[in-house]
Amino acid sequence: MADTMLEVRGLNAWYGESHILHGVDFDVKEGEVVTLLGRNGAGKTTTMKSIMGLVGQRAGSVKFKGTETVDLRSDRIAHLGIAICPEERGIFASLNVTENLMLPPIVAPGGLSVAEIHDLFPNLKERAGSQGTKLSGGEQQMLAIGRILRTGAKLLLLDEPTEGLAPVIVQQIGRTIRAIKERGFTVLLVEQNFHFAATVADRHYVMDHGVVVDQIKNSELASNMEKLHDYLGV
Amino acid sequence: MLMVFGYNLGPILGQGVLGVVNGAFYALLSLGLAVIFGLLNIINFAHGALYMLGAVVAWFLLNYLGIGYWPSLFIAPVIVGAFGVLLERTMISKLYKLDHLYGLLLTFGIALIVEGLARNQFGSSGLPYSVPESLRGATRLGFMIMPTYRLWVVVASFVICITTWLVLEKTPIGATLRAATENAALVQSFGVNVPRLVMLTYGAGVALAALAGVMAAPVYSVNPNMGSDVIIVVFAVVVIGGMGSILGSILTGFGLGLLEGFTKFLYPEASGVVVFVLMIVVLLTRPAGLFGKAS
Ligand SMILES: Nc1ncnc2c1ncn2[C@@H]1O[C@H](COP(=O)(O)OP(=O)(O)OP(=O)(O)O)[C@@H](O)[C@H]1O
Ligand SMILES: [Mg+2]
Repeated sequence: MADTMLEVRGLNAWYGESHILHGVDFDVKEGEVVTLLGRNGAGKTTTMKSIMGLVGQRAGSVKFKGTETVDLRSDRIAHLGIAICPEERGIFASLNVTENLMLPPIVAPGGLSVAEIHDLFPNLKERAGSQGTKLSGGEQQMLAIGRILRTGAKLLLLDEPTEGLAPVIVQQIGRTIRAIKERGFTVLLVEQNFHFAATVADRHYVMDHGVVVDQIKNSELASNMEKLHDYLGV
Repeated sequence: MLMVFGYNLGPILGQGVLGVVNGAFYALLSLGLAVIFGLLNIINFAHGALYMLGAVVAWFLLNYLGIGYWPSLFIAPVIVGAFGVLLERTMISKLYKLDHLYGLLLTFGIALIVEGLARNQFGSSGLPYSVPESLRGATRLGFMIMPTYRLWVVVASFVICITTWLVLEKTPIGATLRAATENAALVQSFGVNVPRLVMLTYGAGVALAALAGVMAAPVYSVNPNMGSDVIIVVFAVVVIGGMGSILGSILTGFGLGLLEGFTKFLYPEASGVVVFVLMIVVLLTRPAGLFGKAS
């Protein structure tokens, strides 16, 4: 059994007055790829942001390698070794591709070198001098993933990395996730597309209305299709 | 019209060059304002008062400690910059989550207090600050003779502006600053200590204002009102250049100084308002400013 890397217990989160997460519980083990599935508005992004310290008001427990992080500021959490690829990608318009890539500080040894990132995403090399937001949607997604691979963070939070992308690029991102898992990274992935999720993940959690309502092993996905369709309303 | 060329070109060029001296101060001050506005999202109304404070500190250093102009160019910005850091930590940082207006009111209040204290201490008449020995006299430029000190002001502030711009555009620290200006929360979640970055940026912007103040002391004399005299024009510079645009502030600062200078020659009565007329025209035709991006 691998060690538990992330342990979320009774996580609550609020945006101002709105109470969004109502006691989220789940675990991610070292080296796993785990997804959060769920309908629009279920609270998947809020869960990711809460782990990263990007939601102002949160309560409960989020332990990363045994360290409680629920009260820490996001920059402290980053230095423990967690990095996020946000849903909106967060590419900076006033930075070129290289500057975007080099922006996140190194927090630990063991990240990918720029050359390795360029091998995974050759487009980023070709477009090194372009303004970040001039890239295509797929290239921006590669940049958003590539820049957190450099930092040495061992737990990567990827929020809908395939959303709105062409099938070839979805496949490329799938290959990337499998490659980084191979290298020992741990990934928490939010996906709407569970056909894609099934090709990369070990386990799936299903969220609804701000709580985790079910857990499904990837190997048992096929036999749970009906249930899953119900959960996701597809 | 040809008659203009019948004239000696000297006087108009002379006014232009004197305008550029004013423009050098506009550029230095609006540069700091632009950097602060970009990252902190506050309009730093205290900027003029802190510029004045730079000159006052230089005067104190000279008259009480015998520390001259050259060391003061470094020491006064450090002292005033540290004061800025203190202001940011204890007051301004409490307002980031609120509307711009609160930061504006707070810094306006700070400006009034600093200027009031200075007036109480020195009265409203200026304190003389003499030009450093090595920059006395005049330098012959092809078309005119210019006081050497003013030439130094133009060259030095140009170099400072370009250096600041290069740091912001070409270095990793500059990239981090630009990114934090766009999305501070995300930059912080990458592990950057954004509150500290903000604090140091405010301190640096204030230090730049104080540096301008020290450079201004021998030109305009040290006067409690020197900040409020210049700051309104500087705000117009920032509006014309485009809020938050660094290059815009620099070019507009020098450009408007030049424009004022030429106006002084062509139609002196208009020289005090030409900047504001231009500001109105720009606001009506390009509300984001000449170099600003429409949002
Ligand atoms: N900044 C915000 N302020 C207030 N409410 C928010 C904010 N962001 C999200 N919400 C609300 O929180 C709930 C959960 O949103 P969240 O983005 O976590 O869902 P999600 O599962 O990621 O959905 P999607 O699949 O659409 O990305 C939604 O009802 C949403 O409207
Ligand atoms: Mg989401």
